[in-house]
Amino acid sequence: MATEVERKTDIGPPHYDQFLHPLIKENYGKWQYHETLAPGVLMHHGPAGDIYTVRVSSPRLVSVNFLNAIMDLADKYSDGYFRFTSRNNVEFLLASKDNIEPLKQEVEALGLLVGGTNNAISNVVHTQGWVHCHSAATDASGLVKSVMDELAEYFTSMKLPAKLRVAVACCLNMCGAVHASDIAILGVHRTPPKIDNETLPNLCEIPTTVASCPNNAIRPTSIEGKATVKVDEEKCMYCGNCYTVCPAMPLADPLNDGVSIWVGGKICNARTEPMFTKLAIPYLPNNPPRWPEVTSAVKKIVEIYAANAKPYERVGEWINRIGWPQFFDMAGIEFTKYHLDDFRHAGTTYRRSLHNRY
Amino acid sequence: MKLPLLDQLEEGPWPSFVKDLKEQAKRRPQVGQLLQQLEQSYENRWDYWRGTAINVPGYGGGIIARYSDLGEKFPQVAQFHTIRVIESPGFVYSTEALRQLCDISEDYGAGIMQLHGMTGDILMLGFDNEKMMQASEALMENGWDLGGSGNGMRTIPCCIGPARCEMACYDTLRLTKYLTDKYIGYLHRPEFPYKYKFKLSGCGNDCANSMSRSDMPVIGTWRDDIQVDQEAVARFVEEMEPEWVVRNVTSRCPTRCIHLHGDRIEIDNSNCVRCMHCINVMHLALAPGKDRGVTMLIGGKRTVRSGEMISSVLVPFQKLESDEDYLAFCAIVERIWDFWGEHGNEHERVGEFIDRVGLGTFLDGVGIEPDPQMVANPRSNPYIKFEEYAAPRLEGEPQKGANVLEHEPDRREDYEGS
Repeated sequence: MATEVERKTDIGPPHYDQFLHPLIKENYGKWQYHETLAPGVLMHHGPAGDIYTVRVSSPRLVSVNFLNAIMDLADKYSDGYFRFTSRNNVEFLLASKDNIEPLKQEVEALGLLVGGTNNAISNVVHTQGWVHCHSAATDASGLVKSVMDELAEYFTSMKLPAKLRVAVACCLNMCGAVHASDIAILGVHRTPPKIDNETLPNLCEIPTTVASCPNNAIRPTSIEGKATVKVDEEKCMYCGNCYTVCPAMPLADPLNDGVSIWVGGKICNARTEPMFTKLAIPYLPNNPPRWPEVTSAVKKIVEIYAANAKPYERVGEWINRIGWPQFFDMAGIEFTKYHLDDFRHAGTTYRRSLHNRY
Repeated sequence: MKLPLLDQLEEGPWPSFVKDLKEQAKRRPQVGQLLQQLEQSYENRWDYWRGTAINVPGYGGGIIARYSDLGEKFPQVAQFHTIRVIESPGFVYSTEALRQLCDISEDYGAGIMQLHGMTGDILMLGFDNEKMMQASEALMENGWDLGGSGNGMRTIPCCIGPARCEMACYDTLRLTKYLTDKYIGYLHRPEFPYKYKFKLSGCGNDCANSMSRSDMPVIGTWRDDIQVDQEAVARFVEEMEPEWVVRNVTSRCPTRCIHLHGDRIEIDNSNCVRCMHCINVMHLALAPGKDRGVTMLIGGKRTVRSGEMISSVLVPFQKLESDEDYLAFCAIVERIWDFWGEHGNEHERVGEFIDRVGLGTFLDGVGIEPDPQMVANPRSNPYIKFEEYAAPRLEGEPQKGANVLEHEPDRREDYEGS
């Protein structure tokens, strides 16, 4: 194989220099200030001139067909340069202010939305779900579509008290940025894996499977002389690690899998320190294709936040100010035993003061 | 194609992935089968994928293999693997470059992409075993490299940084390229106890979500005073009204170190914690200081095994301008990899490792002096192991300092006998 001799490997990332708009290259590291001209439209000012950004929604899971449409617009309006944000928005980088309106019109004609800047809900970060993940308790793309159909007005406007970051992850591994988002939607498994003792000996390496369990709930055993594993169901926390290394232990359970809602995460250091999301609703039914229970629960939280938080107050900062009792009360969410932490460091979550609220 | 459940996701204001994938199905028939399998998932609330690992020759990661449980019914998605491709730092592209990737994605796979995956890679979906190899070669021929997976350094993402942000306190794109190039072997041939993620943000706003999602966040900051343009302050105060400024800027300062006097801003910089709030709100008038560098943090991660961890401060300030600065930065990284690599348990993230051995032991191991900037507060219990009297617990450990305990994580003992 002649090609193997010349094979190029360990190339690393391409040099970003070649993908920067000439105006960006000139202003690189010299930017002076920016302004938000409209929802989804930013102007950054540098000594070499202004660059205009138009931010556009994207379903994240996109086809070449979708990208071709985006790139045709980039060729037409932004000199062939564009980028993606860490929340999967598309950003066109325009040298001419006059291109903003025609670009917006063409973007909207494609069925996409312009927005996601400042005090808005930006694009939803999410995982693969049933489209491509092996351990998904629910779908991610469909959940995002359903929730954002309800909340689209908060993407295209900037009427929230502060930015609101929503994320979706489809199992307890929380691959989405859900653990530090203002509102997180998380697929949950609630029952231990079911072991297929017939196929397990052929599909799985037993020591690896045993070692994969964070709680040491998996033990080797044998059934009718065949090596397999058993699960101590009391210790299992449904994380799905074993299924990742051993496909003969499916965790999915159509009757009992569902969706949980988490609130108050924040990663930016502004004002208050970064915070993880906290449990708001332990379980809602998994109800495709529109997940009505989830969408209405999320909408309710967004609306009470929008109505009650102060400017620049993120969801977690707002809840810390008003207190969790008031949050549960306002959101109409029942506080249950499942809201009480019982994992490591659980004690750090108990209130150890007389700061009561009534 | 009739898909009674998924069809319901075609309507509504948010872009529909179903509509998009149906269009793509006209170009690549396997996308039709993907949608049919997804429809069945929606119907039965059941996931039909199985995961495993496949590697391209010379690489120990970068391919996420997926096999369908419904391979007989939907043979075109029986093997439907994802290729991770190292992104362009800052997620910037020219249409020419992305069109090349789109062609490879369609020529060999389903023409479905994600820009970008959680780790920062470009994800390309829908390759079978054979095409996956061919696509990987085609990528490399065209100057694109495979991303990371497994127990190695992972692909590095960063915020837009100096390419389009006046807040950036260091060159995030440059460091992304530098680290990836320098450590490309660790990315392609995993040899750590577990994954090691860098994420790079230019300032405390942390647009790369580094603190919660990476083992080693590198975040821009500064040591000197916030730059204040008092004329711009006066214009801002006049426009917004003094009361608004007090309510939304000065009184929101976490240490109350910023004050409004008439139409002037005064800052007690010795108490400024560089949170970015005042600069974010008054960005026409305020800017980060000029003596800039990075804070290196350690140990962020989510759930698996020990639960969530936000990273904590390891090196409060490190300059990152000259070549020497870059080398000093890398020396710290390499000492961490050496120490954690030697003593970390299998599948133990560096944050969990520190949790197990203690930050003091970790600092000894990597040769960094303790600093009060590393803690929220000092210990509040008195069970101190004074080195002068503590017996070495492990042969061959550094003489100085508390020693690493080569025992299983605590929880293992917790469960014994239960």
